[in-house]
Amino acid sequence: MLSAILGGVLIGSAALLLYAVSGRIAGISGITYGLLWPVPGDRAWRGLFLAGLLGGGWLAVLAGARLPAVPLPADAGGITLLLAAGLLVGAGTRLGNGCTSGHGICGLARLSWRSLAATLAFMLTGMLVATLLRPALVGALP
Amino acid sequence: MIARLAPLLSGLLFGGGLVLSGMADPARILAFLQLGPGWDPSLLLVMAGALAVALPGFAWLRRRAQPWCAERFADPRGAVDRTLLLGAVLFGAGWGLAGYCPGPALVSAGLLQGAGLLFVPAMLAGAALVRRSR
Repeated sequence: MLSAILGGVLIGSAALLLYAVSGRIAGISGITYGLLWPVPGDRAWRGLFLAGLLGGGWLAVLAGARLPAVPLPADAGGITLLLAAGLLVGAGTRLGNGCTSGHGICGLARLSWRSLAATLAFMLTGMLVATLLRPALVGALP
Repeated sequence: MIARLAPLLSGLLFGGGLVLSGMADPARILAFLQLGPGWDPSLLLVMAGALAVALPGFAWLRRRAQPWCAERFADPRGAVDRTLLLGAVLFGAGWGLAGYCPGPALVSAGLLQGAGLLFVPAMLAGAALVRRSR
């Protein structure tokens, strides 16, 4: 409970820091895709942010944060499920211009109606799919 | 200097926050998305913690003319359109299938976990497909 709130405070502080200094939205999908398909001169900060993101994960684990149960593809529901989910997440975040961080945190903090609509849409869809579809697919796919 | 340091530090805080909050573990995400017995509200607490900082912080910042080290604040606005909603629904479907959104997936791949290492290339391929078709 407490670690969830504290982790959230760290994430919110991260978003605030990037906006205060760089005026950028800390949306992970947008930052990543902008690094892969860059606009000239717009690359360095993205690389630094993502290096920090991975480094922060490592540091938290080294500092003793409870390691998420090292998920192997089998734990995550199988290889087919993971690949299909990855394709959907990539296509969806590209099409919808954002994910949990860009819309769900930064967008809501900016009071953006688009982000509120997107957040409600992906939350509801995620709940429907996780509740109704996933249990039927886990183990049924190769 | 600060212009370079801030994105790095922001990333560090973000990645640390994801692991500390438990959100780098897809099982915790699925325990929130899957309604029923054993429902885990953690994800809402993480969002509440983040917004408790970001909402007042962004409101305060936006009264300033510009960021410390940049010309302007990014502030994309626009109508809620079909593309946005279709994208959000596709994303939600993938999120509900495996419990990974982009941040936790990248952190998991960075920790050399098999699931993340498999998920991230598929995610980038999905993004590339959309980019190609537009």
